[in-house]
Amino acid sequence: MVGLQHYIILSAVLFCIGLYGALAKRNAVIILMSIEIMLNAANVALVAFSRYVTPQLLTGQIFAVFVMTVAAAEVAVGLAIIIALYRQKEKVDVGEVDLMKW
Amino acid sequence: MGLAISFWLLAAAAVGSALAVVLLRNVFRAALLLISCFFAIAGLFVTLGADFLAMVQVLVYVGAIAVLLLLAIMLTREAATGSPFSRWRIGGAIASVALLAAMIAVFRATPWKVADQSVVLKPTTAELGARLLTPESGFVLPFEIASVLLLAAVLGAIVLVKEK
Amino acid sequence: MDWLRWIIFVVIILAFALSFVMAFILLERRIVGKFQLRPGPNRVGPMGMLQPVADAVKILLKEDITPAKGDRWVHRLAPIVAFAPALLVFAVVPFQGKGPGLGFSLDQPAALADLNVGVLYIVAVSSISVIGMIMAGWASNNKYSLLGAMRAIAQMVSYEVPLVLSIVGIVIASGSLSLNSIVEAQSIPFILLQPLGFLIYFLGATAEINRAPFDLLEAESEIVASYHTEYSGMRFAMFFLGEYAYALGVSAIVSVLFLGGYKFPFGLLPQSFIWFLAKIFLVFFLMLWVRSTLPRVRIDQMMAFAWKFLLPLSLVNLLLVAAEGVSTIGFGWAAVGINVILAIAFVVIWANRFYRVKGVTVG
Repeated sequence: MVGLQHYIILSAVLFCIGLYGALAKRNAVIILMSIEIMLNAANVALVAFSRYVTPQLLTGQIFAVFVMTVAAAEVAVGLAIIIALYRQKEKVDVGEVDLMKW
Repeated sequence: MGLAISFWLLAAAAVGSALAVVLLRNVFRAALLLISCFFAIAGLFVTLGADFLAMVQVLVYVGAIAVLLLLAIMLTREAATGSPFSRWRIGGAIASVALLAAMIAVFRATPWKVADQSVVLKPTTAELGARLLTPESGFVLPFEIASVLLLAAVLGAIVLVKEK
Repeated sequence: MDWLRWIIFVVIILAFALSFVMAFILLERRIVGKFQLRPGPNRVGPMGMLQPVADAVKILLKEDITPAKGDRWVHRLAPIVAFAPALLVFAVVPFQGKGPGLGFSLDQPAALADLNVGVLYIVAVSSISVIGMIMAGWASNNKYSLLGAMRAIAQMVSYEVPLVLSIVGIVIASGSLSLNSIVEAQSIPFILLQPLGFLIYFLGATAEINRAPFDLLEAESEIVASYHTEYSGMRFAMFFLGEYAYALGVSAIVSVLFLGGYKFPFGLLPQSFIWFLAKIFLVFFLMLWVRSTLPRVRIDQMMAFAWKFLLPLSLVNLLLVAAEGVSTIGFGWAAVGINVILAIAFVVIWANRFYRVKGVTVG
């Protein structure tokens, strides 16, 4: 029988895969994708809590709607930054972006 | 039983394609597998009885976010050089696995207050709409703030990529 | 017996879609022929009826080529990803409603799954096909394919916005996302109640499925054959059939959302799937009429048309419908009168303003 724990452990697995991608990759587009995986993992956990803990109130699903809104906004701005970066450097390698480093 | 089978299939698909996104060298294929990961998660929402969210997941993530990502890949022409690892290849793996182990340990140790599962699941669309937009539920202000956020994101994206 | 019902409906939908696609291919060539004062294909079979079969046999016998430096797997997968959504759309389309109809009566709506999020399902599924186009454009390793795919993204993303906003008007008026409830709510067909919404949806959908006058994906003089440049044989046929399947899908959705689906107008005759099929042909004929009358638009004109013409009008339409819903006017004949007059006024005024900005003709 599949229960709450299955879903939140799946969510944790997805989150950690996304985290690894965000930490260990250099291509900015891949990093953005990894962040999307992390947000999706959070959504799975929220919807699972909504289903198993508060099935009548749907609070988790409402949170998931907000997460999706934020994800859409984040991708729009993130890709705009990547395109601007590519225009400047002809590269999307985050290691090359070191103007603000000291 | 059917629910359990579909959970395991969808979970395997989601984890497999998420791993492929992180590990593949070809950026374009990674983006395509990200789409299959989004689909699997939409399927998981269906198994959780969230019909509205499953459709919104496909609409927003596959129809909008994935298309934007593919567009960015086409514009940046870096698919051929691939997605190399940074210095954090090993350290990141260790950190991620450690975090995963900690989370699983906590999740297993926590006594979750699972509600009565005999309730009949209703279609969620009307309920979600009512709860988002009636003053009593307290989500009206967040809803409006989310709209402002979207507007700001649209304007920000235009300003960032506009050619001088 | 749920699974039996599903199998029966899957078979019905496949048979319906494939036979109608064949019929559409023939009809398009014959009717466009008539519009251009020529007979059209009339040699194979009686009145050229077997022409689609001959075409299919010819195309299946051709070699299936994959570009040498293309991405082989993505190239093979792309036609399937582009074609599948066209069939998936029909899963929620109701062919006949519950209760007595012409000839026989049903105890539940005749649809594979009458989802309570049906409209959302259609919008979500039809947004998948653009991924197939991008895959085809990318994997072909050909600059014309890639440019065509870029145009496809721009076109689909821009026209999706007014399209969805015009559907929201329907959802407000009927109070449901289920296609069957939307049909049942149409004691007055929504084309009368929301003529502006119909216009926006029809034009937006025509652009979304890349039909003339918005078929600049296939503008031979500019970008060869766009993302199908490198396709041949069976895989080209899938793109080609996919286009007609989308035309069929759009015709069916317009019939359901705006023309009252399986209902006879104003309930003069009992409901039947026959009216639904007749409406599908009517909408498809309208598409052919538009195709034979209007010249192809330019890419900049097309983008301007979506963002500067359709989007403001769809917002106006949404506001109008919402205002009628909360006011005492409601969705009766009074609203029909107001909306028809306002629709004509808005289209005329906005088209004038759109056409002449600062005295010069813009897109």
